[in-house]
Amino acid sequence: MEYKAKRTINSAIIYFLMVLFALIAVVPVWIMLVNATRTTAQINSGLTLVPSTHALDNWRILTNRNFQIWQGFKNSAIVSLCSTVLCVYFSALTAYGIHVYRFAGRKILWGVIMVLIMLPSSLSFIGFYQFMAKVHLTNSFIPLIIPSIAAAGTVLFMKQYLDSVLSFELIETSRIDGAGEFLIFNRVILPVVQPAIATQAIFAFVGSWNNFMTPFVLLSSTEKYTLPMLVQMLRGDIYRTEYGGIYLGIAVSLVPIIVFYAFMSRYIISGLTMGSVKE
Amino acid sequence: MLGGIQVKRQTGMQARINIHGYFFCLPFVVIFLLFNLWPTLYTFLLGFGDLRGLKTSFSFVGLANFKKLVNDYNFWEAVGNTFILWGFNFIPQLGIALLFAIWFTDVKLRLKGKGVFRALFYLPNLLTAASVAILYRSLFGYPLGPVNQFLMNVCGVKEAFNFVRNVPASRAIVSFIQWWMWCGQTLILLMAGITSISPSLYESATIDGANDWQCTWKITIPLLRPMMFYILITSMVGGMQMFEIPFLLTGMHGEPDYKIRTTAVYMYNMAFQGRNDYSYAAAISIGMFIITIILAYIINAGVKERAPRKRGEAA
Repeated sequence: MEYKAKRTINSAIIYFLMVLFALIAVVPVWIMLVNATRTTAQINSGLTLVPSTHALDNWRILTNRNFQIWQGFKNSAIVSLCSTVLCVYFSALTAYGIHVYRFAGRKILWGVIMVLIMLPSSLSFIGFYQFMAKVHLTNSFIPLIIPSIAAAGTVLFMKQYLDSVLSFELIETSRIDGAGEFLIFNRVILPVVQPAIATQAIFAFVGSWNNFMTPFVLLSSTEKYTLPMLVQMLRGDIYRTEYGGIYLGIAVSLVPIIVFYAFMSRYIISGLTMGSVKE
Repeated sequence: MLGGIQVKRQTGMQARINIHGYFFCLPFVVIFLLFNLWPTLYTFLLGFGDLRGLKTSFSFVGLANFKKLVNDYNFWEAVGNTFILWGFNFIPQLGIALLFAIWFTDVKLRLKGKGVFRALFYLPNLLTAASVAILYRSLFGYPLGPVNQFLMNVCGVKEAFNFVRNVPASRAIVSFIQWWMWCGQTLILLMAGITSISPSLYESATIDGANDWQCTWKITIPLLRPMMFYILITSMVGGMQMFEIPFLLTGMHGEPDYKIRTTAVYMYNMAFQGRNDYSYAAAISIGMFIITIILAYIINAGVKERAPRKRGEAA
């Protein structure tokens, strides 16, 4: 009896903490969404968790002040999509190359990849900026897209995945059928590693979508601004008192991720631990 | 690490096939050399140079930037700030995540809603850090931000509090945001670590009369050490580069009183604002890199020291 009571109290405490921490995780986001639909006067008059109906007014306030939201959306989408495609395709290609072929320098390349994973990206930042300035690539999307071809972390993940799923018989059979090596990779291997590509694509996309420092330093003309750069403009004087507009602007950059996550959360969470835990 | 078939001597056919390894890895290598290795080397070159302001070329000045760095009070204050902001996020992050991970993997508790909780708790990790910084800036606004409204209307506080003008409060906000964004990920990693521990260990321990408490402290925690080490190292390396949140929460210089200015923010301030001292900024990033390596080494040594000896290993 006493044991049972103790258990009940125990789980009650745990459930309470679960609700509490779930609220901590969600309430800031919820307040943002609610306030994005309220006028500034409503926001100033008090806190509520119930949405209002002024999202469109806020939208007008936001876009009337040269806040080119569709342009930003387009820029973010172009950069993120291109870098995601390049990242997963070339990471899979590199991982497959290292996994299947014996060539001189293979071990060195693998060592370089392992070191790269641990290297903080801020170390190369100043040199990267100066190099881009020298070759006149600032204010261009190229430095935001092309470097994702060499994504060490993604290569490691793909390599681990290939280690666990790829059979050499599959390659041999395709070779006997007369397929060339690139054809084998594109037609036979890519479908096999599709689950790994899917998870890595999600993380590559989100990483690129959320990237702030590189575009912030490199891009100078407003029509090239990505969404995070537009959002940081909301700090400025022109929006000082337009809280509804500010919340809506923040929401616009976050809602696509939240919607995407709502559908894919199971997939994303299992993808997180796919490479990190050895069975 | 490198599995696969080992071929002793290659026949002509095999050599022709293996040539493809170069083609397959070529894009990676070229982009790596251009956009990663060269910028890194260039950062080091700049660190020994005097590139600042509107200059387009520089000459070498030896260790001048590093001498300045070692004696720069602002740099060491930024290092200290970075540590404080990271530490006050990491300790609760690991503690809370560990607690939930142990509960969620406990089969006897049979908790409901674990999946939903985990999904909600992880959500902030995917959000754009720049937007999150602006969001919290608005939430903690003065005098009518939602947090102040809550404090005044619900908690009965008399006067609005200007959070972002107060040093401990703004530091707490930065640490909280970091915790908010990363605790979910740590929880997921710890849960994966616990579920990979063989259930037979718990079974035999229970048969030998161990209680839940002993199982947790004698089996779960020691066997989670590699995972916790991984989380600690990645969190430390990431934390040392903390930028968006302290940068955008206040006025881009780590206000109030530069007390939330991290080394990354300081580097940005040096390179892209005011004097445009690129060389000194390069020296800052190299200095931070060296500090990160030393720390990683100390953590690594500390973990090895405390690891239990395997049975049969000579004392």
